[in-house]
Amino acid sequence: MTGGDLGGWEMVVGLEVHCELKTATKLFCGCPNVFGDEPNTNVCPVCLGLPGSLPVLNQQAVELAMAIGTALGCEIRPSTFHRKNYFYPDMPKDYQISQYDEPINVDGHLELPDGSVVGIVRAHLEEDTGKTTHAGGTGRIHGSDYSLVDYNRSGVPLVEIVSAPDIRSAAQARAYAAELRGVLVATGASDGRMEEGSMRVDANVSVRRGPDAPFGTRCEIKNLNSLRSLARAVEYEARRQIEVLESGGTVAQQTRHWDEDAGRTVTLRSKEEATDYRYFLEPDLVPVVPDAQWITAVADTLGMLPAARRARLVDLLRADGGAGGAGAAPTAAQQDQIATVVDLGLDDLVVGTVAAGVAAPLTLARAANEAATEPELARGLDPVAFAALLGMEESGSLSATQVKSVLAELMRSGGDPAAIAAAKGFEALAEDTLVATVAELVAAHPDEWQRFCDGDDKLAGFFTGQVMKATQGKANGKAVAAELRRLRG
Amino acid sequence: MSPAGATPAPALALADAIRSGERRAVEVVEASLAAIAERDGELHCFNLVLADQARARAAEVDRMVAAGEDPGPLAGVPVALKDNLCTRGIDTTCSSRILAGWRPPYDATVVTRLARAGAVVVGKTNMDEFAMGSSTETSATGPTRNPHDTSRVPGGSSGGSAAAVAAGFAPLALGSDTGGSIRQPAALCGVVGMKPTYGTVSRYGLVAFASSLDQIGPFATTVADAAGTFDVIGGHDPADSTSLDRPTPRVLSVLDEGIAGLTVGVVRELLDGADADVVARIRAAAEVCAAAGARVEEVSVPEVALGLSAYYLIAPAEASSNLARYDGVRYGLRVEAPDAASMNVATRTAGFGAEVKRRIMLGTYALSAGYYDAYYGQALRVRTRIIEGFERAYRTCDVLLGPTSPTTAFPLGERLDDPLAMYLSDVCTIPSNLAGHPAISVPFGTGGDGLPVGAQLLAPALGESVLFRAAAVLEAGAPPAGDPGAVDPGAGGAVTGEGAR
Amino acid sequence: MPGRYSISRDDVAHVAMLARLELSDAELDTYTDQLGAVLDHAADVAALDLAGVPPTSHALALANVLRPDEPRPCLDRAEVLASAPAVEDDRFRVPSIMGEAP
Repeated sequence: MTGGDLGGWEMVVGLEVHCELKTATKLFCGCPNVFGDEPNTNVCPVCLGLPGSLPVLNQQAVELAMAIGTALGCEIRPSTFHRKNYFYPDMPKDYQISQYDEPINVDGHLELPDGSVVGIVRAHLEEDTGKTTHAGGTGRIHGSDYSLVDYNRSGVPLVEIVSAPDIRSAAQARAYAAELRGVLVATGASDGRMEEGSMRVDANVSVRRGPDAPFGTRCEIKNLNSLRSLARAVEYEARRQIEVLESGGTVAQQTRHWDEDAGRTVTLRSKEEATDYRYFLEPDLVPVVPDAQWITAVADTLGMLPAARRARLVDLLRADGGAGGAGAAPTAAQQDQIATVVDLGLDDLVVGTVAAGVAAPLTLARAANEAATEPELARGLDPVAFAALLGMEESGSLSATQVKSVLAELMRSGGDPAAIAAAKGFEALAEDTLVATVAELVAAHPDEWQRFCDGDDKLAGFFTGQVMKATQGKANGKAVAAELRRLRG
Repeated sequence: MSPAGATPAPALALADAIRSGERRAVEVVEASLAAIAERDGELHCFNLVLADQARARAAEVDRMVAAGEDPGPLAGVPVALKDNLCTRGIDTTCSSRILAGWRPPYDATVVTRLARAGAVVVGKTNMDEFAMGSSTETSATGPTRNPHDTSRVPGGSSGGSAAAVAAGFAPLALGSDTGGSIRQPAALCGVVGMKPTYGTVSRYGLVAFASSLDQIGPFATTVADAAGTFDVIGGHDPADSTSLDRPTPRVLSVLDEGIAGLTVGVVRELLDGADADVVARIRAAAEVCAAAGARVEEVSVPEVALGLSAYYLIAPAEASSNLARYDGVRYGLRVEAPDAASMNVATRTAGFGAEVKRRIMLGTYALSAGYYDAYYGQALRVRTRIIEGFERAYRTCDVLLGPTSPTTAFPLGERLDDPLAMYLSDVCTIPSNLAGHPAISVPFGTGGDGLPVGAQLLAPALGESVLFRAAAVLEAGAPPAGDPGAVDPGAGGAVTGEGAR
Repeated sequence: MPGRYSISRDDVAHVAMLARLELSDAELDTYTDQLGAVLDHAADVAALDLAGVPPTSHALALANVLRPDEPRPCLDRAEVLASAPAVEDDRFRVPSIMGEAP
């Protein structure tokens, strides 16, 4: 969708991803961490910042942060919390409690499906702010008459994952965010829903003249609410900066906002005010010092990560012969199928189905294409039943179209695929009926038959279509083709 | 009769009498309310008197006793609370315009613990605004006067609590001590005031001034009452991450163990700069310790001289952040303005007094880019040195002794326009806060002006037992009120006061 | 007297801005004098050579104070909003916010 030549320029992108942790309660108090409740109902003295209240750290939030760190290959370190001081109405204490110079996770990396590796600088814990609604005027921050604040989200635990500036294209930025989302979901740390704001991405973008040139001045892009927005915004911003530089200007370091409708980034006129966060160690909290035993215990709870799950499917294809014989690498189409299957959590289904005796390429294709239309239902499929269904396709007793129809029913209601096929009238045509039907049609279309015998293989499709019509689709296409070839000799 | 008025019966004896049915809580509370009604117009110890609530609570205590239930070790005892302790549904103002009318939706942990022990809260006491001050003159509700001489300050910041106990309005009060705010007013008002080890009393519900230094503690007329109150309010609280999860020393039961065989160190640097009459009293207090069988030696802890400067960087820095939340959005004062930032400015400019603004700006400066290392960072290193200095002293000493305040109570207004002179009032008390150590001020005679002098005892972290034992010795050996300076060295020894059981 | 102290009048104006306080010209002068006196007193601390001394932010040596991830009762909304200076649609109402969070 994006990408392409930047005329000798190279973009340099680093992403900051804020991920809301899927805990039962907030980071520093026992208020429920729930999205979408009535405003100001999930609040207490702590998350409202009432005078005299004190924070107490949520153990589960720490362990999910450690799980993210483990999944990203980070070093998990003794860590502390600081106060980041600035005034803003959505922040009830007018400071944010965040990890600053001693974050819990440092120095990790994330390998993307294409094999490229993006460094992770840090992944630290911090608290979320409340939610502000702008009322009157345009309903946006500028020109609004006043604002309304709901503190339900105040104090929800966040992990901020900061990548190294290792990303070199909009497509890679998107792939990084998608892969990171997969990792966050796999660790159980997050539901990864960008549209609900549980995963929020900011992009730092700069450009330079080729890979050896020094880094340029960067701009931070906010308001990226989808992977698509991320890729579009990064591409737009890089091109904007190149245009500025090529016309002799300089890029100003600033924060820019992605306008999805207009398809461009814009600066926000903000009040002239120097920012000085005056970080200092949060005196109301004590350090978190994970020992090896604790780190191991958290690591042991981790499920397989997306990269390992993809590798497992690649191995399955290779063992099975893949598209190009045993040991061959998956085709591009199969790589897409693998990504889809892992993304939708259908990989256990594929593994189980192949184990039940179905060929890996067929299983993968049916899982990624047909089953994937209803991922929730597909995750509940019994691999043995799915294998039985695909076995009928392999043996030629059901056509691809019929498999699709039976699968839909199987996902919805379960049961025995053979019985469903029978109920739908999909019982395979008796072999002598098929032979007789083909013979009749050959006799009825002598000209077409002659051309087919002269080597025009396209005519096989014509005869198959005629057979299907005559049998109301009950014939197996492969069986028809075999009979035509047998007759031609 | 002392200059402070009638000496109340010690709190624990009162509680015993109420628990045994000998006295009724309603009468005790009524007497307390009557004393307040009679003289608080002059002294202004209270921002709020909770007469109706106190009467209802006292009646409940009496009902429990009548029903054979035990209301607790402080049954029916009137208690005054500093107005920075959150009380559910009851104004908690920190003596600041910015919190005028604010009613917390929750109780501080210490308030819950007092209630569970049967105590009856009679009111919220005046204080320096947000506990920033040493004279209770920075209060938005006007100054509290010293009951011994109403032209003088009661000390601060917990001046209302100290004066309320000294005036006999209540036998017990709670205050908070960030740099001496319990001990210094206790000394100036002639009562006992104690700052516990950091982490032994929950800060949950104490409106923060400087979080790493703040600690709640008791005021009482006797050491035993202070000990009994400490036993009630101390102990682990899961709502405060800095609360120590280990057994807090129980002090009431060890009070009469004396200090024979222990070493008391008189800290030379704490005497430096103190008035001569105050120094004389501390020397006399040392003699009392010696008479009680302790070894007394003079020790030097030169690091404590750096305490004041370090404190006036660290405490304002934390305060500048703790007080950011008073922005006019969620509670308290709002001064309207066209946009949110201007509203914050208008609200804070109108809502805070001069001393609070001074400290917020000082702390903001100490933390700001370019100055952090020179000021805040350096102060934190000094703090390390002070702790090391104390560690050295405690290798040879069990407790340390010095004055609580370099002077007796000073005239109202004297230091109000000279912040540095005011800050110097805390020079003897600050080191304990920086180190997180416990300390107590015990009345020990009067100065040349006839006003009370406090002797300060210091102990290492969690050294409350030895601290209270030494305090009981000093209390028993203290010269009688009004005595111009004669010390009876034979008066030392184990305390057997009526409050001790 | 500006310039005499380790903090300038401009510094005081800057910290007042950071702290969201407004000072009159007279106040600016007074505070410059007063803060200067306190900071000059702190010069003894600033001048110490403490290069090898670790900072103590906290006298406590605690670590890993954690809370189980179990919900606790929230406050009643009516009680929470009762202390607010302005409320609309069960939310805290504030005048228009001129800029994004920094």
